[in-house]
Amino acid sequence: MTSSFLSMDLLTDAIDLVAVLLLALGIKGLSKVRSARGANQLAAVAMGLAVLGLLIEIQPGPLAWLWIAAGSAAGGLAGLITARRVPMTAMPEVVALFNGSGGLASLLVAVGVSIFDSASADMVALVSIAISVFVGSITFTGSIVAMAKLQGWLDTPAWTQSSVRHVVNIALAVLALVGAVLLPGDPTGLPLWLLLIGSSLLGVGVTLPIGGADMPVVISLLNSYSGVAAAAAGFVVGSQLLIVAGAMVGSAGLILTQVMCTAMNRSLLSVLFGGALGASGGGAVGGGGSEAGYTRITSCSAEECAMALEQAERVVFVPGYGLAVAQAQHALRELSKLLEAHGVEVSYAIHPVAGRMPGHMNVLLAEADVPYEQLIEMDLINPEFPRTDVVIVLGANDVVNPDAKSDPTSPLYGMPVLEVDQARQVFVVKRSLGAGYAGIANALFELPQTAMVFGDAKAVLNGLLSELRSMGVGKVVAKKAKVAV
Amino acid sequence: MSVLSQALWVLLLGSLLGLELIGKVPPTLHTPLMSGANAISGITLLASLTLIQKAGDNQALLLISALSLGFALYNVVGGFLVTDRMLAMFRRKGDA
Repeated sequence: MTSSFLSMDLLTDAIDLVAVLLLALGIKGLSKVRSARGANQLAAVAMGLAVLGLLIEIQPGPLAWLWIAAGSAAGGLAGLITARRVPMTAMPEVVALFNGSGGLASLLVAVGVSIFDSASADMVALVSIAISVFVGSITFTGSIVAMAKLQGWLDTPAWTQSSVRHVVNIALAVLALVGAVLLPGDPTGLPLWLLLIGSSLLGVGVTLPIGGADMPVVISLLNSYSGVAAAAAGFVVGSQLLIVAGAMVGSAGLILTQVMCTAMNRSLLSVLFGGALGASGGGAVGGGGSEAGYTRITSCSAEECAMALEQAERVVFVPGYGLAVAQAQHALRELSKLLEAHGVEVSYAIHPVAGRMPGHMNVLLAEADVPYEQLIEMDLINPEFPRTDVVIVLGANDVVNPDAKSDPTSPLYGMPVLEVDQARQVFVVKRSLGAGYAGIANALFELPQTAMVFGDAKAVLNGLLSELRSMGVGKVVAKKAKVAV
Repeated sequence: MSVLSQALWVLLLGSLLGLELIGKVPPTLHTPLMSGANAISGITLLASLTLIQKAGDNQALLLISALSLGFALYNVVGGFLVTDRMLAMFRRKGDA
């Protein structure tokens, strides 16, 4: 501590305390819709305060300021650009990327102290370095692999679905552990590299086998790890603020991971060690995922679908991953506006894991100006399906599979699904008969009331729009609206 | 109280606080909450700053710690901004 003035210490302590309080309030507020945006800003302010307090405390010299400016400018600008440019559909990847970056930062601090400053480090700092390198490396490589898999840059290699992966991962963990135990005795030499390489590869080995559907849970868990890595870095440099903030994010992240697992009806253990859903239990799927597995498929044109919509009084859209990929949320909004003008009651059924991660679909539809009130969660919309005339499933698959309720042999059995099979008529808009994320055939497609509309979600929606307009749907607004009243 | 035991108490109480902060989260907020918590975990930039100060004129350590600061700030700035972008869309019609 460079300042010996009592008042100075009091000032920085006070700033730190306020920062911790605001961070805690920020995390708490983020879990309620009403307060979420303000809470996020509050947390950002808290972060600024923490930095200010630290700068007052350490009073950097000119050379230090130069490096601080360089690092801040590069990182801050890159963050600004990434945050501005990223499309909403790519949000999961970006969170993974940011998270990996945070893990790398903790890792670099620990490695830097270990190589260059270990002479002044006591036993506590040395043990913390080992922990920080271990957790930081796993967070970094794990997040990057998660990002690459979500982007489609990486597949799931076959060997990672066999039990070979457990052997490999255990070997890597042992390697890292040996490095960690030896590190305090020799902080600059071989143990550090053993630990670094072992835990980096372990991060890859653990994340690679996990299927795309489970990736959000993994990112949330890795996010919790980066909190732990930050707390460990706090021990390394002796910052209590960092310890408390890292611990808070670490444990809050763990709770969020648990909440997300519950929403997806998965257990954390099966996500981490079970491999990709469907792929590992090949026997149970029975090859039903291939196109040949379907025998009673009815397909129809956009025109037929438009005619059904024109007659309907109540329509429910089920948006899914395919809608997000096709960027079709705006076309969907336009279609529902047209139908509403025609006197049709329109709502959207939102499965908790619709889109690419929980809550993702809400963000996408909000971007297209869909009123919040029309987005109806699964538990509330399910009883409504029997009195629904037309359901249009847009690029969703596993979340509408009736086998999850009725077929105990299905790998999806027990997962809560949208009961669209209760509706009078179901149209499934899909590019092909390929299987969903989970790689499982969907019994919905073969039901008598279901018809497939093959094509890209955006193209199909635009086709429906022009069919409806050519039927004069937009023009008879006033007449039909009066009848409806 | 020794510095170590004090730090361990801080760790323990911080962890307990984190467990209590989040109870029920509507699925709508899973993604923004994860993203916001992720931005906060970038607080490790405090460690980077401390290390830059401690590095003195050791160029290699200055470089490593400045790199670390850059990555941490990338996490913080990017994280808070994308979270804000997501949450900005949740405004209801009646809200100002």
